[in-house]
Amino acid sequence: MKDKPILRYTANERTNHWIVAILFFMAGLSGLALFHPALFWLSHLFGGGPWTRILHPFMGVAMFVFFLGLVIRFWRYNFLTANDRQWLRGIDKVLRNEEEGLPPVGKYNAGQKLLFWTLLVCMLVLLVSGVVIWRAYFSHWFGIESIRLGALAHAVAGFVLVMSIIVHIYAGIWIKGSVGAMLHGWVSRAWARKHHALWYRQVTREEPTDSQKGIKP
Amino acid sequence: MASQDIIARSATTTPPPSIRQLEEVAKLIDTTKCIGCKACQVACSEWNELRDEVGHNHGTYDNPQDLSAESWTLMRFTEHENEAGNLEWLIRKDGCMHCAEPGCLKACPSPGAIIKHANGIVDFNQDHCIGCGYCITGCPFNIPRISQKDHKAYKCTLCSDRVAVGLEPACVKTCPTGAIVFGSKEDMKTHAAERIVDLKSRGFDQAGLYDPDGVGGTHVMYVLHHADQPSLYAGLPNQPVISPLVGLWKGVTKPLALLAMGAAVLAGFFHYVRVGPNRVEEDEHPSAPDTSVHQVDPAVHVYDPGKPGTPGEERP
Repeated sequence: MKDKPILRYTANERTNHWIVAILFFMAGLSGLALFHPALFWLSHLFGGGPWTRILHPFMGVAMFVFFLGLVIRFWRYNFLTANDRQWLRGIDKVLRNEEEGLPPVGKYNAGQKLLFWTLLVCMLVLLVSGVVIWRAYFSHWFGIESIRLGALAHAVAGFVLVMSIIVHIYAGIWIKGSVGAMLHGWVSRAWARKHHALWYRQVTREEPTDSQKGIKP
Repeated sequence: MASQDIIARSATTTPPPSIRQLEEVAKLIDTTKCIGCKACQVACSEWNELRDEVGHNHGTYDNPQDLSAESWTLMRFTEHENEAGNLEWLIRKDGCMHCAEPGCLKACPSPGAIIKHANGIVDFNQDHCIGCGYCITGCPFNIPRISQKDHKAYKCTLCSDRVAVGLEPACVKTCPTGAIVFGSKEDMKTHAAERIVDLKSRGFDQAGLYDPDGVGGTHVMYVLHHADQPSLYAGLPNQPVISPLVGLWKGVTKPLALLAMGAAVLAGFFHYVRVGPNRVEEDEHPSAPDTSVHQVDPAVHVYDPGKPGTPGEERP
């Protein structure tokens, strides 16, 4: 049974991730429509300018709520360790596909962990500032300087979020096997050993051995 | 007004039509002549077919209490006690200042929802308005209001429809004391200068014209008795500017951010092209590798030096 793949993400985890991803694209594209005139044409995807303005905050709030689901599922795997700092110091090697000499990685590498916390901070800033600038329901509770700060913070956090997700998506394209992990859930043993050695050791320890399963060698 | 006369347009990055030169207009509001009769408010509602809800008395003469999507101008009353201990009743007709550098236009994300005409009038095109309220965020004077009925932004148009056909704005037409006058910006400045000389001769040493540089000048100007303290007049900003937060939000940062996003995508693409994907060698697992030979070229003869003189083989 040495070649049996490993389940990296359960069906619920995968579903949660892709709901956030879809909502990110909807909130992101509608947000970019209002971000710069060069992208205003994106508002046509949502039924025009007013519909973009109406829908964007709801999509954003939905994204935040489902993102919280991901946070609850994965936060405990995302604390940075000493190994992570060493891994980050060798980030140039990682980028050259020469990660062999670096410390072994747990469920997530340092880049993934930093992405997790960056996304969480962005989401929180986007939520709070988004409420402040949500003219239809909430802006009348806030002073003009708060609203101006909110508009600026919203744009900055949105920018950082989009940049982070560009990195996230590219990492998926670059590291073969990782998209599959999030699509159907399974990764090969070789993949787990290569990219997440500590996690691999952990999950294989927990697997029942052949003798426990009553299979004679 | 012809479309050639639009010299600035919200959320538009290419140059506007600029062939025709139109004289800049201005409305001059002389607070020293205003008696607070609110005829201008009524005329504004009449001409623009606005019928705001009848509100409540809030214990001041301000009525309605604030500007709204259906009240585009408003007398604001201030009771000011001067140094001599005398009461001065400062009345200011509030409304859009028609800035030369409009903060609303800078903030607006919808192309063409806010335009500036060559004569200086800043106009909202509700047909293109998406109702986001960014114009409110950008305005240094707290003027635009979003209607709760249609979620569009509204404010004083300086009666652009009247001005386009050579008429003065409705409020100017109706003002019984001549406190509101309208004409070319240059003429209005000259007129204001005469008024200021008169006011100074009557003891208002600080009388002056309010045409703030911080927003490039305005096309609605005030003659103030106390031009050194505009904020006396119901919080008229002393030095109005587009907030630096709005400048940062809508300034050069946006195209740079857009560039950075594009660059990030390109960086990923070229990383893939130059470094390539990170694949797992699936056969690097520790189980014994399959070393059996499946196909043997008959021309290849295996020679094992550890076993000299393999039978049936001639040593060279």
